[in-house]
Amino acid sequence: MNNAQKYWQANIRLVIGCLLVWFFVSFGCGILFVDQLNAFRLGGYQLGFWFAQQGSIYVFVALIFFYAWRMNQLDKKFNVEEA
Amino acid sequence: MSNLMITTYLVVGATFALYLYIALKSRAKNTGEFYVAGKGIHPVLNGMATGADWMSAASFISMAGMLAMGGYDASAYLMGWTGGYCLLAMLLAPYLRKYGKFTVPEFIGDRFYSQTARLVAIICLIVASLTYVIGQMKGIGVAFSRFLELPFEVGLVVGMAIVFVYAVLGGMKGVTYTQIAQYVVLIFAYTVPAVFISIQLTGHPLPQIGLGGTLSGSEGVYLLDKLDKVVVELGFTAYTSQKGSTLDIFLLTMSLMIGTAGLPHVITRFFTVPKVKDARSSAGWALVFIAILYTTAPAVGAMARLNLMNTVQTGEIGAPEGNLVAEDRPQWMHNWEKTGLLGFEDKNGDGRIQYYSDNGLSAAEAALAKALKEGGDVTAAQAKADEAAAKHAESKFAGFGWKGNEMTKVDNDIMVLANPEIARLPNWVIALVAAGGIAAALSTAAGLLLAISSSISHDLLKSMLAKNIDDKTELLYGRIAMGGAILLAGYLGLNPPGFAAQVVALAFGLAASSIFPAIMMGIFVKRMNSAGAICGMLAGLGSTLLYIFWFKGFMFLFRGSGRPDKLCRRLRGFKLHQGAARAHSASGRRHSGSDGCGRCPGSLIPARDSSCHRQ
Repeated sequence: MNNAQKYWQANIRLVIGCLLVWFFVSFGCGILFVDQLNAFRLGGYQLGFWFAQQGSIYVFVALIFFYAWRMNQLDKKFNVEEA
Repeated sequence: MSNLMITTYLVVGATFALYLYIALKSRAKNTGEFYVAGKGIHPVLNGMATGADWMSAASFISMAGMLAMGGYDASAYLMGWTGGYCLLAMLLAPYLRKYGKFTVPEFIGDRFYSQTARLVAIICLIVASLTYVIGQMKGIGVAFSRFLELPFEVGLVVGMAIVFVYAVLGGMKGVTYTQIAQYVVLIFAYTVPAVFISIQLTGHPLPQIGLGGTLSGSEGVYLLDKLDKVVVELGFTAYTSQKGSTLDIFLLTMSLMIGTAGLPHVITRFFTVPKVKDARSSAGWALVFIAILYTTAPAVGAMARLNLMNTVQTGEIGAPEGNLVAEDRPQWMHNWEKTGLLGFEDKNGDGRIQYYSDNGLSAAEAALAKALKEGGDVTAAQAKADEAAAKHAESKFAGFGWKGNEMTKVDNDIMVLANPEIARLPNWVIALVAAGGIAAALSTAAGLLLAISSSISHDLLKSMLAKNIDDKTELLYGRIAMGGAILLAGYLGLNPPGFAAQVVALAFGLAASSIFPAIMMGIFVKRMNSAGAICGMLAGLGSTLLYIFWFKGFMFLFRGSGRPDKLCRRLRGFKLHQGAARAHSASGRRHSGSDGCGRCPGSLIPARDSSCHRQ
């Protein structure tokens, strides 16, 4: 496998990992398992409700910055940085 | 003119002066600046501009109201309209930026080596953006008429003129810098009242924490628990529990996410940053700036709902003196009754207001009255009303002598617009909300118009019809296309086509089903070719249209062309008295009977029906 293929593979792996988290917090915690999570509390919030109206959004933000940071690392590792 | 009016004029006027100043400072000198601001926008600033671009009148004015009334179920909008940015950041933006082109159709045309694919993409883009922009134009008119008491048309024309100056002069460069200013105005206008209200209710300055906090002076009762208790006692479903089916919420969230990632005016924003890595982080910054509003909105919604319930239900439920005396209702209720967004009717004649869930009694009675007045199936409506009345008679509310919900109309928009008044905040805060609403609508309209005009001048003229024009001529064509797009959008805003309600649904549907998959497959699937892309986009376009025709009826096109005269008359008839607000709800009613999508003929409010979404 050449360098470009390895880079692409690492890229795809990162995207899939991030999207799994994306799916888990929004569709998982916020929608599918909301009732189970609502048994727990975070202050006045029921946990499932918190994920649906607050938590998922915070995770989305963190996820994009994590992705950007990891991609920049990959760019360096595989030497495909822009000048 | 009241003090409030003078303050509002001053604040709104100051923001306009700022936008025009920026326009003069940032004129576009070449097509690169006109289409993508010379690819020189810092990622953080681009994120801010994207936030303003994305957050429209609907986010600013309607979303908190949808949350207030929908409770947990409205979370689909929060997650849908933010989660799409993850898809955008990871699947589209950096790759498109790497490609280094100006427009979305250009990428599709080049990637698939096909002018036909490019043409199909242009059609999808223009249909999606144009339907969307009509709503923004109406939003501008409505904001003007509510706050400045100017006729709807005047507001719309002033808004058009402002956009005209900075979009035609500056193109993407002018639009970007104005959007940055507009973001600051709108986020300030949104968070200031929210902070005040959060402090009043919970003592926490951060609404995000206040929503999960305890009510001040209540010995540890959580705000959300209190809200759940109050609404359940009055017959509503608990605020934090689910009402709709899980499948509905799941699919609605999914379609909003994919639609968000596929909307061309948002995608284009990521062409403006200097490097690929900037495109990645810029999407993150955009979401930070959007999240500030989107995490505040649930607090605004829940607190406004609690305030409203407490205003009406002043004491114990069922006690004769437990409800607000109609004569003594606060000034803001009088004010908003005038606009038709708030309605009250003393059904049991006790001189007090009852606001509760009467299990469909009011709705059935209204349907019966409508059937009697306008003709229709009176027998069926009568049967339904009798059934609802019988059901109501067995409820505990009938025992209190209540005869149906007396808050006959509580428009979602009230939650943000009247919030500062409900919380008795100073005039400048109310003026700020007006400026914020107008900024939200203007910035989104400008972004959409830019996407339309660049696809006309760059994709249609430069690459297909007049290939040999030089940069200067193309820039001129770009400006002319922009001017034309503004005039067309303004015309459509003044004379909304009868089928606008159904067509708005197309914006998200089209973006999700045609533009997004074509770009994503073009990036990630090597074997994807032009035939596949064209068929795919047409299939997406076709199935979205088919869905609309199938569920909303084939006749909507004809109904639309047969009736616009009536609608225009209504618009004109109302313009002297708080015109647009009523015209906007009047046109909403016009559709509500036939298609179940009552709330969105280009109005500010996307309906709950999953086919009617719009940002």
